[in-house]
Parts: sequence; C-alpha cells; structure tokens
Amino acid sequence: MSTVRIHDPVTDENDGVASPELDTAHGPILYLEDVTVSFDGFRALNVLSLYIDDGELRCIIGPNGAGKTTMMDVITGKTRPDAGTVFFGQTIDLLKLDEPSIAQAGIGRKFQKPSVFEQLTVFENLELAMHTDKRVWPTLFARLNSTQRDDIEIVMETIGLTAQRQERAGSLSHGQKQWLEIGMLLMQKPKLLLVDEPVAGMTHQETERTAELLLSLAGKHSVVVVEHDMEFVRSIARKVTVLHEGSVLTEGTMDEVQNHPRVIEVYLGD
Amino acid sequence: MGIGNLLARDRVGKTFLTLLALFAVVVSTLNLLVPEASAFHVSTFTVTVAGKYLCYALLALAVDLVWGYCGILSLGHGAFFALGGYAMGMYMMRQIGERGVYGNALLPDFMVFLNWKELPWYWLGFDHFWFASLMVLLVPGLLACLFGWLAFRSRVTGVYLSIITQALTYAFMLAFFRNEMGFGGNNGLTDFKDILGFNLQKDGTRVAIFLLSALFLGLGYITSRFVVESKMGRVVTAVRDAESRTRFIGYKVEHFKLWIFVFSAVLAGIAGALYVPQVGIINPSEFSPLNSLELVIWVAVGGRGTLYGAVLGAILVNYAKTIFTGILPEVWLFALGGLFVAVTLFMPDGLVGVARRLRLGGVR
Repeated sequence: MSTVRIHDPVTDENDGVASPELDTAHGPILYLEDVTVSFDGFRALNVLSLYIDDGELRCIIGPNGAGKTTMMDVITGKTRPDAGTVFFGQTIDLLKLDEPSIAQAGIGRKFQKPSVFEQLTVFENLELAMHTDKRVWPTLFARLNSTQRDDIEIVMETIGLTAQRQERAGSLSHGQKQWLEIGMLLMQKPKLLLVDEPVAGMTHQETERTAELLLSLAGKHSVVVVEHDMEFVRSIARKVTVLHEGSVLTEGTMDEVQNHPRVIEVYLGD
Repeated sequence: MGIGNLLARDRVGKTFLTLLALFAVVVSTLNLLVPEASAFHVSTFTVTVAGKYLCYALLALAVDLVWGYCGILSLGHGAFFALGGYAMGMYMMRQIGERGVYGNALLPDFMVFLNWKELPWYWLGFDHFWFASLMVLLVPGLLACLFGWLAFRSRVTGVYLSIITQALTYAFMLAFFRNEMGFGGNNGLTDFKDILGFNLQKDGTRVAIFLLSALFLGLGYITSRFVVESKMGRVVTAVRDAESRTRFIGYKVEHFKLWIFVFSAVLAGIAGALYVPQVGIINPSEFSPLNSLELVIWVAVGGRGTLYGAVLGAILVNYAKTIFTGILPEVWLFALGGLFVAVTLFMPDGLVGVARRLRLGGVR
C-alpha cells in the first residue's frame, strides 16, 4: 500500500488568518444537545444529543431517513433546528452563525453527491477552498504566495490529481470528483471534518486509500463520517453511533453495535 | 498586476483594444482633418452614432459581468444607465442658464412652465461638473447597493430576481414620467447647449465625447478583465454554478454578488452619462423594460461570459437596428425577438461560441 502524504494543517497554522477562538479544553469539539428539526410535522431529528471528542474519528450509521444528513445540515448552518443547542468547542454557538462563518470557524463538509465547481480547473477548485481571508476586497486582490502554491501542490499529490491540475473538474470521473472534494476539504484546514458517504461510487482501491487518508487525519482533526458501506465503516471505525428516527439508538465499537438487539431489529425489520 | 501581464492571456482582448484605439483615432481624424468634400470624410453624425454604439458596448459589458460571470440575470440594467444619463443631463440643463426659452437663469424651462418658484433641493449641486460626475457614479451605485442588499440577503435568485429587476426599471419609468418628480416628465431633459463650456454642436466637442466613450469602454474592459481574472472572478463563477456550495467553503456569497452588482451598475451609469450628451436628450423611455431586455439580447448574441462577446453583440445588434429601422421599422421588434430565440436554440454561446467552434474545427 502506498503511503499517502498528508497536508498538515496543525503545523501550518501560521497563515495569518484569524478564525474564532476554538476552546476544546473540556474534551468535546462538537456538542449537539436536544436538537429537534421538523419538516411539516415529520421529525427528522428528535431530541438528538451527540458529542464528538477532539481528535476523534466517529462513524455514523443508520437506515435511510434516520436523520444523518439533516444532522450535518444543522451543524453546517444549512438547516436551523426548532429546538436544541449546537456548540463548536466551549464557546462558539453554531446556531448564531451562517454557513460561510461556520466554514471559516473550522468546520468543513464533504457532500454526499460530489459537488465541485465543474467549470473551474482542479487547481482553481483547490485555490478557492484554501484557508485564507475570504472577504470581498482581499479576494479581489489575492495573489498566491509560494507557501500557498506548495499547499495546493501537496494536496493535489495527496488526492492523486497532479496530472489533471489544468483539467476542468466537470471532466473528471466520479471517483476523481470525490477525491477533489476531499482535497478541497483539506485545503480549508478544518478542525472538524464532516464527510458524507465518501466512498460511494469508488473502486476498491480508491476506497482503501480513502480509509487510509481519513485514519491519518484523525488525531489532529476530528472526523465525522456518515457511510452506508459497512465494510468501510468496520475498516476505519473506533466508535460508531447508530441513528434511528432522528435520535441516537446506541453508541460503541462496531462489534458492540452490530450485536445490539435494537440495531439488528432496526436494520433487519421486525 | 500590470496591464500587459493582465492581457497576456487575453489575445482577443488585446486585439479588441487595439482595434478600438485604431477606430477611435481613424474616425476622429477623418472627421476633423479631412475636408467635408472628400469621399473619406466622416460626418459628425456618423461620429455621434459610433459614440452611441460605444456607450451601448460599455453597458453590455456591465450586463455581461453580472449575468455571464455571476449568473444574475438583471432585466433592469437600463435603469442604472438612465440614472447615469439623468445625472449628466441635469448638469447640462443647469449649463443652459438664461439661454432657455423663458430666459430664466434660476430654473430650467420645464420648471418655469410648471410655475415652480425655486429649484428643488435634489437639483442643488448639479451646476458643478464634478458634482454631477460624482452623482453619475453614486446614484446608480447606491441604488444597486440598496436593491442588491435587500434581494441577495433574502436569497432571491433566478427568475424571481429577474422579474424584480424588471419591475424596478418599470417603477422608475412611471415615476420619471410624472411632472411633480422634477425631472421634466415625459419630455425629459433636452435642449442642451454646452458641456464644460464647450458647445455641444461643435464637431470638436462631438469628437471629444466620442473619444471619451472609446476611452471609457477600453478602461471598462480592462477593469472588468481584471475583476474576472482575479480570484474574485473565480468566486463569482463558482457562485453562478453552485451557489450554496460556495457558502460551505466560507465565502459570503451575498457580499460577492453585491460587489459585482454595484460595480456593474456604476459602469452602466458611466455609459449613460456619456450617451446623453451625444444623443442630446434623456427621457423616461430609457427606463422602459424593453430597453433592459434588449441589452440582454446583445450579450446573448455576442456570447456571454467573455466580455468581448458583449461588446461585439452590442455593436452588431445596434448596427442591425439602425439599418433595419431605416428600411422596415415595424418589423424590427419581431426580428429582435426572433434573433433571441434563434441564438438561444442554435448558438447558446453566441457569436464568440461559433467562432471558437470554427477555430477548433479548423485546427483538426
């Protein structure tokens, strides 16, 4: 298995860009408490409480409609909950921030459907995602410095798209788009990565490399992975959370979870 | 970034700017230095028509920035153009002084006619060219800022936004038609005598305004190119193609849309200010929704998202309009509508797209 070179945001923090202060002194990096979201009477999230520790790699599984994507929407500001609190570290109230501010605070998201900017090249996609001052005027006069160029080069190497740097993202294969999106996530230097179905549509080798990449990111970052592929979850998971009907059914290691009678019931039907 | 550096990758743009400079020099020389009897003489009328086209081209450039690059289909850009035009028109009205029909040095003719006793407060300052010039930039800019802030913050997009922009320009037209507004009602502002002390009927003045139009078109092109080649250009393209995705990587999409919308409105205002001294009149029909629709057609015909396509489209469609309305005036609107349908169906990338395809075909 080839070694993957990882872009290291922790040692690369000196890019002069201020983010809101993240305080993880008490352990968890993300707190969801009693979060409820209803759509036309249907409770997509039902008094959900979930804590993600700093540096943890957590997998979230659950049948369709369990609320996995809605949970990510709440964390990233796309959906406002009807009730509950969501904190990033001890001090940042995510419910008070809009999507760009949450992204700037250090939460990166990879979507279920690969969503890259199809008209822009691989290089430009990574450049846009890069952690830097994203206000209007600085963006108008932004020039890439050598450190930033190097950062992009390293990420392109990590995701294996160096040869495609000048290609439009729209012309990439499905798997390559998934990788490009992961690369964009790395460029953002997030402290918390939310990854929605990262290996959907990937070949076996690509899946293996993704697992390796996510494992190497954990520790320095907190990673939350939503995935249907049980084999993949088993290969990376230390702790698994099972969602069902908008709240947590159980948490534990993969083995514990798979032998839990309620989980078997939910997955196999009663 | 130097201009040379900026245009290094824009070969068509370099050609366009060279042609523009050449055109400006040749036309003015043939008007001023070649005697009228000569076959090579270019009449002042032609110079003015050419200057008008250049103003339209600048306006098309403004529309292309918001529509072609940022995906905001504004059907009300004519309003910004007209406001720029009114600001310049007000200055020229004040320059008339006591040479008006009523010989009133204090009030423009239409105010005397309405029995007004003093100049409304919003006309104060327009005696000064610098003030009027400032208003040419500020009025369209502030309107775009206010409108854009409200619309983009509420995340109004697509067709809804287009309809609201159309309503905006329509509302302005109705308002400016009213005499009480103090902008000359349906007659608008006209009968201008001079600008900065230069007689507007003199060939030299006409040529100077024509040259200024060419200069501002060139400058407008270069600044627009700078914007679309900057990282901001890539951000607005990203907004056009995947707005919510752009938010999730940390860009405040509303701010970017607002910036480019205001910048575009200011360009449109400048175009209007250069247009009015050349045509000699500004009236509420410039706000008509149809005008704003036409602009979009110019850009679509030329090819959006390229800048030079917009310029090409504006000049060609207006040239066709001049010819057509001379021969078959009643058919023009049908021809224009047909043109839009044909472009949408058969050449979605406009003339620039067709040229690109031919060139690629030629290479093979």
